Amino acid sequence: MNNGKKAIEVTDLTVAYRDKPVLWDVDLDVPAGVLMAIVGPNGAGKTTLIKAILGLIRAAAGQVLIYGQPYLEQRRVVGYVPQRESVDWDFPTSVLDVVMMGRYGSLGWIRRPGRQEQTLALEALDKVGMRPFAERQISQLSGGQQQRVFLARALVQEAQVYFMDEPFQGVDATTERAIVRLLQDLRAAGKTVVVVHHDLQTVPEYFDWVTLLNVRRIASGPVDEVFTEQNLRLAYGGRVAFLSRDSRPDIGRSADPAAVGPMARHDLEPSAAPQESSE
Amino acid sequence: MNLLELLSNLFLDYTLRTVALGSATLGIVSGALGTYAVLRKQSLLGDAISHAALPGIALAFLLTGSKAPLVLMLGAVAAGWVGTLLVMSILNTSRVKDDSALGLVLSVFFGFGLVLLTFIQRRPDATQAGLDKFLFGQAAALLERDVVTMAGLGTLALLTMLLFWKEFKLLSFDPEFGASLGYPIRLLDVLLTTLLVIAIVLGLQTVGVVLMSAMVVAPAAAARQWTDRLGLMVGLSAFFGALAGVSGAVISSTTTRLPTGPTIVLCISAIVLISLSGAPNRGLIWRWVRQRRNRRWLRVEAVLRDLYLLASQHADRDHGHSVAALRTMSYGRGGVAHTLGKLLRQGWVQQVGPDEWALTPAGMNEAERLVAKQEEAS
Repeated sequence: MNNGKKAIEVTDLTVAYRDKPVLWDVDLDVPAGVLMAIVGPNGAGKTTLIKAILGLIRAAAGQVLIYGQPYLEQRRVVGYVPQRESVDWDFPTSVLDVVMMGRYGSLGWIRRPGRQEQTLALEALDKVGMRPFAERQISQLSGGQQQRVFLARALVQEAQVYFMDEPFQGVDATTERAIVRLLQDLRAAGKTVVVVHHDLQTVPEYFDWVTLLNVRRIASGPVDEVFTEQNLRLAYGGRVAFLSRDSRPDIGRSADPAAVGPMARHDLEPSAAPQESSE
Repeated sequence: MNLLELLSNLFLDYTLRTVALGSATLGIVSGALGTYAVLRKQSLLGDAISHAALPGIALAFLLTGSKAPLVLMLGAVAAGWVGTLLVMSILNTSRVKDDSALGLVLSVFFGFGLVLLTFIQRRPDATQAGLDKFLFGQAAALLERDVVTMAGLGTLALLTMLLFWKEFKLLSFDPEFGASLGYPIRLLDVLLTTLLVIAIVLGLQTVGVVLMSAMVVAPAAAARQWTDRLGLMVGLSAFFGALAGVSGAVISSTTTRLPTGPTIVLCISAIVLISLSGAPNRGLIWRWVRQRRNRRWLRVEAVLRDLYLLASQHADRDHGHSVAALRTMSYGRGGVAHTLGKLLRQGWVQQVGPDEWALTPAGMNEAERLVAKQEEAS
């Protein structure tokens, strides 16, 4: 999975809101072809990190390289899935229309989307299982369907690197499975995907790379090396309880024997649930 | 004046034709561009812009001494624009919320405009007459040169809107995604707002600064009720704007001492009222009917399910059950007898005794289908 090339290189990224640092001196090296989760407590700056990388928020300092080039020159190879709640779903437009917006970047100024864009959009809707909804008004969609429309819009960007903000937030089980399958397809196609994620339990199962963030970068690397109790405790301030994976049959599918199934439980002291080794 | 006479005057009478053309232009432009203001939840911005334009009109007159429409409109555009930029910079540099910033700019500019207007009116010469028509609008005072200026500026604004259709749609629906694609969202925002300023300024002479924002918000709000497509919404909003503009202006210009602005606003309010209540899908009446139908159907489903449940506990399918039993099963909700009557007409239940009801074979099929569907859903 690691062919040596770095898809994303972030150096010294610092973002502040009114003198209060939200991100502090963050460095990231993400190899091409990995699925990376960004995890951390609320207010850790996960969304800010993505937005600062994409240039949507001005960084006070720092540099972002995508495949070795400054981000501004590499826009075409970057896809973005914002948080579902960031838009008004009562906007008068259809599913197909929203998905075609993913082509606006390569279309450029003034030119309107045509048949080619429509074909691409329909293909993308097929991939997320939303083809029958193409003509639907977007306000008629469920939360999970909205999320899949956003993913389809990112797919038609035909990017190399994807940034997704909480795609699993508030979606049904069907959609969650569909998204996981899609992420794996993207990885198989050699794409790099960075996902802001909130469910610690599923990290070892869904992702192979992880960044733990709490204003500063706590740790970043392969899940089996970095996703440890100690690092999680550093990121979450010790308010994390761990359950061994033996007691959690639903994460037994994890391919990584060293992975534990940690669970954020903010009401428990870390000592309350000792970690068992599964080896 | 009867209707036929009015219609013939609309084409032949110079004043009436000018008034109708002018107010149609303002309705089309403000209706079309107001759509974006409504969709972007910037309805208040229109109010701030129109009030902010007043000092611009007065200053333009004071500086040039001219009452040429283009001069006054340019003054209004400049002041409206400055007001909008002021709102944006207040939002960017302070913690003042957007509604307060809008209210602040609106009242300061409007107050300043009133002061200037009073000052102008107190001057001894007679050239100042007529500037106060910008407060509530005076359609009858529209001249051909006014309409030509309005049509020129309006066409320019609408063509720009059509040219950047895709970009404005992106800006309105998902500006952050647009920015990630590399579009200069801030610049597009300024451009679209400038078009809105032009649309508002076009209508000031006819509708007046006080009520012009209604022509931005109301047509779009009404149009949203009828369609789920942006293109249709823009077109419909322009049509509603023109309809209200023409009817309001014609009514006010054929009646003496009736200010145009309020008349136009009453017309567009009527359109909004009809749209809010009568439009399919989104209209209140439609929603009420649908809710009623849903509630009735839910009751039918409940009784059918209960009868099915009772029947499944008896070997004899035709065994009857009393209304009281069914009422108990539906937690004492009323209307069981009424619902049974409906099921009877549907042919799904039969009366097997004086107070004994049972499912017919058709009703049995229906109930089975229903139960299967519910299990699938859960």
